[in-house]
Amino acid sequence: MTASITLTKTADVQYLLRLGDTGLILGQRLGEWCGHAPVLEEDIALANMALDQIGQARALLTRAGELEAAAGGTAHDEDQLAFLRDERDYFNPTLVELPNGPAQPGDFAFTVLRNLMVATLQKALWERLLSSSDSELAAIAGKALKESRYHQQHAADWVVRLGDGTDESHARCATALAQLWRYVPELFEADAVDDAAAASGLGPRWADLQPQWLAEMAEVLGEAGLALPASGAFRSTGKHGLHSEHMGFLLAEMQSLQRSFPGGVW
Amino acid sequence: MTDTDSNAVQNEWPLWEVFVRSRAGLDHKHCGSLHASDAKMAIQMGRDVYTRRQEGCSIWVVRADQIVASDPADKDAYFDPMEDKVYRHPTFYKLPAEVDHM
Repeated sequence: MTASITLTKTADVQYLLRLGDTGLILGQRLGEWCGHAPVLEEDIALANMALDQIGQARALLTRAGELEAAAGGTAHDEDQLAFLRDERDYFNPTLVELPNGPAQPGDFAFTVLRNLMVATLQKALWERLLSSSDSELAAIAGKALKESRYHQQHAADWVVRLGDGTDESHARCATALAQLWRYVPELFEADAVDDAAAASGLGPRWADLQPQWLAEMAEVLGEAGLALPASGAFRSTGKHGLHSEHMGFLLAEMQSLQRSFPGGVW
Repeated sequence: MTDTDSNAVQNEWPLWEVFVRSRAGLDHKHCGSLHASDAKMAIQMGRDVYTRRQEGCSIWVVRADQIVASDPADKDAYFDPMEDKVYRHPTFYKLPAEVDHM
């Protein structure tokens, strides 16, 4: 087994890792659908999107590793950051680590609703990050924005079909939406990491994206005949490294190969 | 075919033929088929299934049951008589270089 790396946790590094880990962990979850999706065509679509997410994560983790070195810490490459961190050094919001739904391999309504929520957030982030003070991050955003636009379109299409479909598909969507909505407040909670990024021009506070996110979500959910749930008091804390009970299992599976065969490549 | 079988076929999404244009100026070429519930889904799935490796810049989809095809039994009568009519090939002209893809 390979020991975990020691991360240099500056605000900038954490900001980059929040973006990168969101893609990395959702990509891992979407990958679980491979070979199990309801129809062949959708199986390929979900795998495509999983790979888009992991591709974005690769670029962002690489940049995060460079910022570690710039801050005087040890430089890490994308593989070290993806596979050799401890659970508490992952900064994705809890939303993306939740299992794909109650049953194996998952619930399709839950999956497309979460994809819609994440793609809508990512699209808003990339739009702002085009003008990041970090030209590397701005370039990543330029490439990722096109992908997120498609992810949002694909997910919105399914949410409307299912929400406005049969009684059963509508009921499944409503159940999934209620479960997922508990993890929304975390996305837009302001903190020191975001404040630092806003001050240096690295990127927007996620909190500043909430009005746009809500408006776009409300439009799709309205078309799907799904009511916008009320916000509760629960706060998840994945962005601070404190994850749900599902994260450990996900990481164990994701990291096992790299930990058993250190430096293994294709 | 049992009743359940015919129900299964009826409940299946219709088949669509997919045509992809590899770049502007070229024609759309048939590249395969897929199942989708409507035209919008067929286009989206065509993108995901057939353009993953930069194969195209435009997609057409057509419901497979909307295509009218020639009868294989007519093959002899339709196509064999052309065998000995080389004079129908315009091979005696020299095409200008600007005329691509003819």
